[in-house]
Amino acid sequence: MNIIVCVKQVLDPELPPSAFKIDPEAKKAIPPRDRAPVISPFDENAVEAALRIKDVHGGQITTLCLGQDLDMAVVKKPLSMGADELVLLQDNAFEGGDSFATAYALATAIKKIGEFDLIFCGRQAADWDAGQVGSGIAELLGIPSVSPAQKIEIKDGKVVVERVVADGYEVVEVSPPALITVSNELGEPRYPTMKGIMAAKKKTVTVWTAQDLGLDQSMIGASAAKSKMLKLFVPVREAKCEFVAGETAEEFGANLALKLREAKLL
Amino acid sequence: MAENKGVLIYGEVTEGKLDSISLELLGIGRKLADDLGQELGAVLLGSGIGDAAKEAILFGADKVYAVDDPVLKDYQTDSYTAVMEKVCKQLSPDILLLGQTAIGRDLAPRLAFRLGTGVTMDCIELAIDPQTKLMVQTKPVYGGNAVAVLVCEQTKPQIATIRVKAMEPLARDDSRTGEVISIPAELDPAAIRTKVVDKVKEEVVGIKLEDAKVVVCGGRGIGGVEGFSQLEELAKLLGGAVGATRPPCDSGWVAAHLQVGLTGKIVTPDVYIGIGLSGSSQHIAGISGAKNIIAINRDPEANIFKVAHYGAVGDYKKVLPSFIQKCKELLSG
Repeated sequence: MNIIVCVKQVLDPELPPSAFKIDPEAKKAIPPRDRAPVISPFDENAVEAALRIKDVHGGQITTLCLGQDLDMAVVKKPLSMGADELVLLQDNAFEGGDSFATAYALATAIKKIGEFDLIFCGRQAADWDAGQVGSGIAELLGIPSVSPAQKIEIKDGKVVVERVVADGYEVVEVSPPALITVSNELGEPRYPTMKGIMAAKKKTVTVWTAQDLGLDQSMIGASAAKSKMLKLFVPVREAKCEFVAGETAEEFGANLALKLREAKLL
Repeated sequence: MAENKGVLIYGEVTEGKLDSISLELLGIGRKLADDLGQELGAVLLGSGIGDAAKEAILFGADKVYAVDDPVLKDYQTDSYTAVMEKVCKQLSPDILLLGQTAIGRDLAPRLAFRLGTGVTMDCIELAIDPQTKLMVQTKPVYGGNAVAVLVCEQTKPQIATIRVKAMEPLARDDSRTGEVISIPAELDPAAIRTKVVDKVKEEVVGIKLEDAKVVVCGGRGIGGVEGFSQLEELAKLLGGAVGATRPPCDSGWVAAHLQVGLTGKIVTPDVYIGIGLSGSSQHIAGISGAKNIIAINRDPEANIFKVAHYGAVGDYKKVLPSFIQKCKELLSG
């Protein structure tokens, strides 16, 4: 199985909200200086899903990443986990693109990569939480998609996917080529091994610009976007926490119950 | 192409009844349609839609478009997208709304790409701009750390999904009248490239998380399966349900469907108690509708205290037993 995994570099979503800052003029989040970006967590789940299939069936895993200001140590993480190739779509011309523009660029790059059986994406990125790019790539390539998956197996040449729904899951069968988005229910992604990290460091990365993909200005970045952002702001949270008093943890517990009774919540 | 007109909602139906998200969609859809002075339509897809079509009228729709066909028994991306593409081309709506549900999350983007238009996912607020008459879409981003306001200026329909429980349904009005129009699916089964071979329902013991008035959530700090049994004891005592943040679900301490947050369940209880959890943005997104937030955590700097109304700082293993004990006394006394 040859699998292409699309990954995105995002601000670390574990960043405490107090450290989260935006530039309202530019309508962008400001990356904190002291905290490196990460691969979006669901995308790491997607890499893990691909590695599990490779563990059993072999094949080649190519990771594909579009973005600006990419941190090589971050975007190489899938390689150190066990992926084989990394293709970066790095061009300032991609700036300002929405899900539509991004899916278009990624689908074009996938066509240029050529052969694949499966495409995996995270169910949504930890920054815009849109969850559109996977569906978009599938639509642009004219292939079926299943979303979001908690388990992916290959049986008799078919892909068997456990699709997460509100009250459980559905088992869905699809034949390659297909696109599948992956959710955290798949389980924790593996840690890179020391050997993997060393190999990833030496690995040559393919970098493509918009021109390499034959994309002109009208098809990428802000000019291709279907949605326009009017405003970005940080919501005000007015809650003020009342901490219960006490000397010991036991007292805290009992006093919390009394406090709730006082507030008529109990 | 004809001018795009009207607001259309995609209603979800389970066993011949409208789901709660459908009522929420009808509620906001009615408001937008009134602000535009246009009609509100509801499109229902499935096999055995039954009385749901009439129900949609009582909850606000002027017209209901029913596509009832055995081929639509299971949600599948290919079949539902194809039917919705046909419906949208036939009706040319100005606005199309779906729910941020298992179906909406998958169908809305695929359909938007097929129709060549934009979509905003997981909106918590929608309004019509009085000048431009465009739908102004408000959506949390960065796990709720920021909020974005967007419009889709150039293409139609303007598509959005709405967050579960973010919009108010209208009261049922039995005097409302409307028209039910049947649309044939006319689907080539060969065009459906996926097959649903099994459905596995997680068993829910006690009260459903989404419906519970009291929700007790645990996080990574609970440490394992055993800790969660204490949370269950508390939930039972208060007549509530247990939920969890992502790590306990991923580690298998609790079932995956108990995950509360952006990609899990959205809960709106009267009382939410968060124990041994830091309060990541992704989790907070699922509890922001809770009326009262109570937190127990070792770390006074934990983010959960930034949104909590009442807090106790300490090791939950020591705080919780005395809390449960005192609750018991107060409830029996």
